[in-house]
Amino acid sequence: MSSGLMSYVWEGLGNTLLLTVFGALLGLVFAFIAGLARSSERKWVRGIAMVYTEVFRGFPSLVLLFALIFIVPTFGYQLNPLFAGILALALNIGAYAAEVVRGAVKAVPPGQIEAAIALNFTPLQRLRKVILPQAVVAMIPPFTNNLIELLKATSLVSLVYISDLTFSAQLIRASTGETALVFFGLLVGYGVIALFFTAIMKLLERMAARALGRTVPSGFFGRKEVAA
Amino acid sequence: MTTTNGEFITFDGVHKSFGKNVVLDDLSFSVGAGERVTLIGPSGSGKTTILRMLMTLTRPDRGTIGVDGDYLYHEKRGEALVPASDAHIRKVRSRITMVFQHFNLFPNMKVLRNVTEAPIHVLGKPKDEAEARGRELLEMVGLGDKLDAHPSQLSGGQQQRVAIARALAVDPDVLLLDEVTSALDPEIAAEVLDVLRDIAKTTDVTMLLVTHAMKFARDVSHRVLMFNEGRIIEDASPEQLFNEPEHERTKSFLRSVLDET
Repeated sequence: MSSGLMSYVWEGLGNTLLLTVFGALLGLVFAFIAGLARSSERKWVRGIAMVYTEVFRGFPSLVLLFALIFIVPTFGYQLNPLFAGILALALNIGAYAAEVVRGAVKAVPPGQIEAAIALNFTPLQRLRKVILPQAVVAMIPPFTNNLIELLKATSLVSLVYISDLTFSAQLIRASTGETALVFFGLLVGYGVIALFFTAIMKLLERMAARALGRTVPSGFFGRKEVAA
Repeated sequence: MTTTNGEFITFDGVHKSFGKNVVLDDLSFSVGAGERVTLIGPSGSGKTTILRMLMTLTRPDRGTIGVDGDYLYHEKRGEALVPASDAHIRKVRSRITMVFQHFNLFPNMKVLRNVTEAPIHVLGKPKDEAEARGRELLEMVGLGDKLDAHPSQLSGGQQQRVAIARALAVDPDVLLLDEVTSALDPEIAAEVLDVLRDIAKTTDVTMLLVTHAMKFARDVSHRVLMFNEGRIIEDASPEQLFNEPEHERTKSFLRSVLDET
């Protein structure tokens, strides 16, 4: 492949990684806000969080993306296309991950919160010192799923002419006519990126578990997990 | 019934039901400062609910609970009693702490930090002072060599001793012990009870205990309250209550408990 075509690949890879990483970070912010708000004492806070979760989980990312890129400008705002892509993906994945946050927080044993009350921690201290450090460990494996989903969803941005990996592949296919080879290479490419993210998340999971004095089997495939 | 010396903790007309199930029925009693009172009775008779109400883990439906002149769930506004603000509840609660049946150590903190976290971040003690005190308390419960262990690396008995050190570290006036040995093997339970005997001997902290360890209850308590169906049916010194129970229900309860052990 000529170096000109390779430069498409690098640009596409860069944008795909950018969309995934920043989409994940922004999505994480949405997820924590919405997920924690679901266990708020105030009904209206829970309500807003629930509406966000249900609405954005139900919207296809692609339609959301079209809305941000083609509808928002009619109100006079022109979003940077890459930012629009990140925002659309983050809103969607954040809604899924909010449920992960909510579930993990709910799964912290009530005895932990009672002990924190017995030591007279403030509600914020209970959350920061007791609930979240334990809940986060339980969030990481489902977050890995969310992250891979997000990676795959980034390919949608090629439809609004953002030059991600899929868009670049289309260009290369158009200029070389090597349809089978290009799409096969594309599949392998996404697969390798997914493995890379999974490995990072495994590492995070091990670090988080160690903080709780637990161990997670090392090695990429781990060992057979024993049901507790 | 014996009378109490002083009224440090007061329950007045406290009522609690869960659904149709009445757990505490118009309960009134008081505990003096420094007094050690054991609550006994069949399960479901409301003993644990009393501790949980004092710890603000369960709200009473009616009635007032007082701690050294302050109401736990109410504030005085002029002559009127109004529901307490969170700040008021926190202030009164600061004098009370609890040790739980299932230890409830924080798995995300090592042993020493379990003990020092509240003194530093709730009481505002300097870190080195809190750590020195934490070491001292862990030494006292026989775990001076486990400061850097994770709770998950300790046995049940060791975890419960850490929990006791953690409770003492916040300098409570009132220590609530909720079946603290029920989850432990008898031999291990004995170690934990020895630690508590020492505390009873060397401090003047007011203790409310719910326990099935009758010999221990007899050794450490000043008073024993026998509960049945949400009411106190007998209130006496341990000698009196264990040797010459008055109430028929107390006799049958003691017989069944003592047979077990």
